[in-house]
Amino acid sequence: MSLNQVPSGHAAVIREIHAGEHLLQRMVALGLRRGRKVFVIRRANYHGPLHVRVGMTELMIRRTDADSVEVAVDP
Amino acid sequence: MKRVAIVGMPNTGKSTFFNRLTGSNARVANWPGITVDIQVAKIPLDGGTAEIVDLPGIYSLHGSSDDEMVVCRFLEREPVNLCVVLLHAAQLDRQLTLALQLKALKLPMLVLLNMADEAETLGVRIDIAKLSAALGSPVRLISAKYGEGFDVARQSIESLVDEHPVAARAAIPSHSAGTACLGCSACTTDALSNGNGRVDALDRELDRIFRSAVNAPESLPEHLTARLDRVLLHPWFGLPLFFTTVFLLFELVYRIGLPMQDWMAWALDRLKLDLLAPALAPAPALLRSFLLEGVYDGLGTVLSFLPIIVIFFVVMAVVEDSGYLARAAFLMDALMAKLGLDGRAFVIQLMGYGCNVPAILGTRVMRSRAMRLLTMLIVPFSLCSARLQVFVFLVGAIFTAWAAPIVLFSLYVASFAVAILTALIWQKRYTSREPMLLELPPYRLPTPAHLLRQAWHVSEHFMRRASGFIVGGVVAIWVLTHFPTGVPAAGPETLAGRLALLLSPIFKPIGIGPLLSITLLFGFVAKEIVIGALAVIYGSGQAHLAGVLAKNLDWAQAYSFMLFTLIYTPCLSTVAAVRQESGSLRFTLFAIGWSLALAWFTSFLFYQGIRVLA
Repeated sequence: MSLNQVPSGHAAVIREIHAGEHLLQRMVALGLRRGRKVFVIRRANYHGPLHVRVGMTELMIRRTDADSVEVAVDP
Repeated sequence: MKRVAIVGMPNTGKSTFFNRLTGSNARVANWPGITVDIQVAKIPLDGGTAEIVDLPGIYSLHGSSDDEMVVCRFLEREPVNLCVVLLHAAQLDRQLTLALQLKALKLPMLVLLNMADEAETLGVRIDIAKLSAALGSPVRLISAKYGEGFDVARQSIESLVDEHPVAARAAIPSHSAGTACLGCSACTTDALSNGNGRVDALDRELDRIFRSAVNAPESLPEHLTARLDRVLLHPWFGLPLFFTTVFLLFELVYRIGLPMQDWMAWALDRLKLDLLAPALAPAPALLRSFLLEGVYDGLGTVLSFLPIIVIFFVVMAVVEDSGYLARAAFLMDALMAKLGLDGRAFVIQLMGYGCNVPAILGTRVMRSRAMRLLTMLIVPFSLCSARLQVFVFLVGAIFTAWAAPIVLFSLYVASFAVAILTALIWQKRYTSREPMLLELPPYRLPTPAHLLRQAWHVSEHFMRRASGFIVGGVVAIWVLTHFPTGVPAAGPETLAGRLALLLSPIFKPIGIGPLLSITLLFGFVAKEIVIGALAVIYGSGQAHLAGVLAKNLDWAQAYSFMLFTLIYTPCLSTVAAVRQESGSLRFTLFAIGWSLALAWFTSFLFYQGIRVLA
């Protein structure tokens, strides 16, 4: 499943990121990496972005970009 | 001279640290091949002088964003004695990457862990000795905002510069392909195609160091930011709160800024009429006119923007530093993404409704050059207060009291429409390479000193860079309207009048006669002088102007004129601001050309449409 499918208020662990070079670099720099736990805080209305927390960093990520992050639900 | 470069990720308080370290004697420097403004300051250090260079905030040395390229190029070409790396102490889980990347460059390095206060509140414990050993360079905890640990950091800089008297360039890892770079594009593509090999190796090292040296809580305590976000980013109340906030900020800027602009104009006028005019009385009339209406008015134009720019930037710095600007991006993203922009562009665009000049200068909060240029293209369509004066006067003169508010409202709609149209048309040309992945930093209170410094820095920069351009433009218009001598100024016999006659085939189809088109020339300098110019050109006093206009113009001509005035170049100062911020004359000319073309077509469609219907 993708990060975009994780319901708000839930966490998941990143398995793989299927993104292009630029996006992947930025994701890694902001802490979105394989094995990291991501917590989905909220979503903006009208197909707006996701508000997530990874480690100590909170960030916004567009839904299309969240689709490229493959995750497994945190047990 | 010794040179110290400061490197760090965005939102780590890098400029706060820089300002504290250097006082306020920073200037903007340009290096060959580097297009971004870089702040530089000289400070006494270790018995000599050292140049402190504040490099743009970057996420990675292997990235490909505009700022990342700039930092790579700088470290590659310019020798430094020391590289100070600023990291957010609470976010070492990802920020250590940057320190590790810099370590690979084999430059003398000092790692400063900033925002030690925030880290402590969040329960993050850091073993400085272990971290220092792992990174192979000294590590210090500081709080740049409150000054804790600052003296120690400064001493460390001093002794490290002392230890490395010979400046060095970054040691560039060599590649199989034979290209030498810091990993800008060639080597990262290489690494990524190797199955994330290089990225993963660095990540593993990061995780190892982080686990051994940092103790961070698994889950964060319920903090103030989370509570504020629950309200400010609420799915239903978030947007209305955002609009209210922007509206209040707008009010704040213009309730204070506009009266101050008026006072400034008044004071400049008094100085001109009571002091300069009598002093210059013995001079020949033409020279007097040149000095007063050319040079002095040109300088006055630049100065009259000073109060509004200062206030705008104080407010903008509050919004930016508090972390709310990033929230604006979050709230508005669904809408703005369709225009190729983000929510920050929206805030800037709205601020442009007061005055375009500070709004253009404000585009620097966006780090992607493409997005900055696209925003600069649409900001000038915001119906600013100067244009509003012209419209209020014309609408009052031509339209009935019943129609007037509707006409005024329709101009605001037109202003939004052309901005959106422009963004839609040009977003492909100015596509941001920067991924839309934005940090939402915790809410922070900016310090007053920082706000003032920020405002002063931008205004001073604008005054210095734009004044030559603006004065030159004002003088050029003065020449057009005052030569040849011996005829009434700005009349049909002057150069301006002849130019208007020459251009009449262009302006006739949109209902603007030669007399009226001379005013457009004045309007290019500033919209504030359009009404005055109309009075001069029609040979009537300001008091009778409304009646004269009503006699000479029908409503379709008047509306067409207002549409043109709304859409074509707002004023010379905005052009100067665009040129300064884009750093490109070509882009500036394109922006002027595009707005002129759009203005003409809009007026043409309107005027000919009405002629057909009537």
